[in-house]
Amino acid sequence: MSGPSTYEPKTGVTRWLDSRMPIVRLGWDSFVDFPTPRNLNYWYTFGGILSVCLVIQIVTGIVLAMHYVPHVDMAFASVQRIDRDVNYGWLIRSIHAVGASMFFLAVYMHIFRGLYYGSYKAPRELLWILGVVIYLLMMAAAFMGYVLPWGQMSYWGAMVITNLFGALPVIGQPVVEWLWGGFSVGNETLNRFFSLHYLIPFLIAGVVGLHIWALHVPGNNNPTGISVKTKADTLPFHPYYTTKDGFGIVLFFIIFAFFVFYWPDALGHADNYIPADPLVTPSHIVPEWYLLPFYAILRAVPNTLGGVVLMFGAIGVLFILPWLDTSKVRSMRYRPLARWFFGFFVIACLGLGWAGAENPDYPVPGLGAIGVDFLLMGRVLTIYYFAYFLVILPVLGFVEKPKARPASIEAAVLEEAAARKGRASKAAQPAPAE
Amino acid sequence: MTDVNPSPEGQGPDGHEAEPTRRDFIYIATGGAVAVGGAFVLWPFIDQMNPARDTLALASIRTPFSELEAGEQVTVMWRGGPVFLRHRTEAEIAAAREVELASLPDRDSRNENREGSPASDENRSALAAEVAEGVEIDEGLRTALIVMKANCTHLGCVPVGEAGDYNGWFCPCHGSHYDTAGRIRRGPAPENLHIPPYTFVSETTIQIG
Repeated sequence: MSGPSTYEPKTGVTRWLDSRMPIVRLGWDSFVDFPTPRNLNYWYTFGGILSVCLVIQIVTGIVLAMHYVPHVDMAFASVQRIDRDVNYGWLIRSIHAVGASMFFLAVYMHIFRGLYYGSYKAPRELLWILGVVIYLLMMAAAFMGYVLPWGQMSYWGAMVITNLFGALPVIGQPVVEWLWGGFSVGNETLNRFFSLHYLIPFLIAGVVGLHIWALHVPGNNNPTGISVKTKADTLPFHPYYTTKDGFGIVLFFIIFAFFVFYWPDALGHADNYIPADPLVTPSHIVPEWYLLPFYAILRAVPNTLGGVVLMFGAIGVLFILPWLDTSKVRSMRYRPLARWFFGFFVIACLGLGWAGAENPDYPVPGLGAIGVDFLLMGRVLTIYYFAYFLVILPVLGFVEKPKARPASIEAAVLEEAAARKGRASKAAQPAPAE
Repeated sequence: MTDVNPSPEGQGPDGHEAEPTRRDFIYIATGGAVAVGGAFVLWPFIDQMNPARDTLALASIRTPFSELEAGEQVTVMWRGGPVFLRHRTEAEIAAAREVELASLPDRDSRNENREGSPASDENRSALAAEVAEGVEIDEGLRTALIVMKANCTHLGCVPVGEAGDYNGWFCPCHGSHYDTAGRIRRGPAPENLHIPPYTFVSETTIQIG
């Protein structure tokens, strides 16, 4: 959709700049006059929300690094000092810690939206793949960040995750010792995690740049999944979507602020307020909520290597998704079967998260009587997770009969407006019985 | 030789490629130097993450063992991780010796003092450890003593002693059950608890590592 530029520098300064480095032109074409489908709903505001999340994490993170000490003897105390003694340290750390959860909340909305409206399909495959890369980097950054406070969950989370690489045949143990820089998780490990935790957000920012670049070539997908055909299908990004995104961001901030100010530890784990102790493992180790589904997949396999392969495979399968979904129809609005399977997929992901949080031997409430424990539940949902990508989406493209689609985005919007008007005038008439 | 960098003088009078020029040579030599040099420079940046020399230097400790009573266990730190020293009871030894080796999930002793030996109780206990010259240790004590790295072979958690289905060790993280010789019996752990290299250096002390 990136057509010829419509930017016209009006002042001497902008003309001078434009002929040397057309940065204002780039901004204008990307975020002001950028033609955007006119029917984007609020599910499409999460891209903007995520950009804001990244900026928040970087700004608060840089500030926290001014007070944090990456040493095993001082890390825990320095985090306590940030909370208690540093001016507004409690606020900044709370924003950073809650911000990580909010970032993942938004990214999951963003990913599910992409899955539902078929945003991964041609010509947006690369856009989707870059998004999966960002998601992987986010998980790495979040994991390493969680290690830094050097509480019990930090230490044992680091131990369990790094030991996953020990499951690799032959090279496993050398790789784990290379990651640790010693014979156990220790000071060396903490130091390098701090260094990498500082690096990764900037890598993310770089890939986000590519992600937006790849977005601005084909332009946004939209809830109908129909490509933009004429100018009547679009609106300029500003002021229409700057306003809509801005409104979404403000609503998001309300939830964000609620956690920051009233429930800052709700999304973490109490055990992380116990200093790391290499001699005592907490009785129940769980990752942060946003990684729980993958933890459930890891535990679903009785063999360590198999579990690790499956866990990474759960993300790996997203990379090839554009070629797994065989349907020609992008949006699931017009896919009567696919939308059901998608609904079950969302439930499966939530269920995997639940299974990951619980002890695998415990019975599932309500299903315990028929012998269903969380391990079995995790296994069934893991099978569905993979079947959705590897069986259901490839097969559905051949067997499903999609519903009729509107002729254009404009037609879809007008049709919807007419229907709304019809409902309104019907409601205005007195009910016949009165 | 190559058409990567055609030069004005690279074309012969008949329009065919002439002999390679100095530019071709420089192009390939530079590319080769970058590739080989890059590989050489990469290694220090990878290897710096491996355990440093001071970390390696801390790789052995000495610890007393003789004061442990039957049924007692201590945990010592070695190489940044915990190690169990347990003086087992007669009942525990008997239970460990009753097991048929063929029924074990991991039949290797995982004992660095006796590499590749079968996972019998003898090979797991301190009978397998070396005794320094001139030192005499009671055989019964060596039979009863077991020294193991205290990290579950699944994902590294510290198992709890005198617990689990086999009354040995139980890992709370993912439910691995070890018997009284520290051998995996049930659960996701793939291997028996590892036994570090150690030696009886006196009547009262062992050196680990």
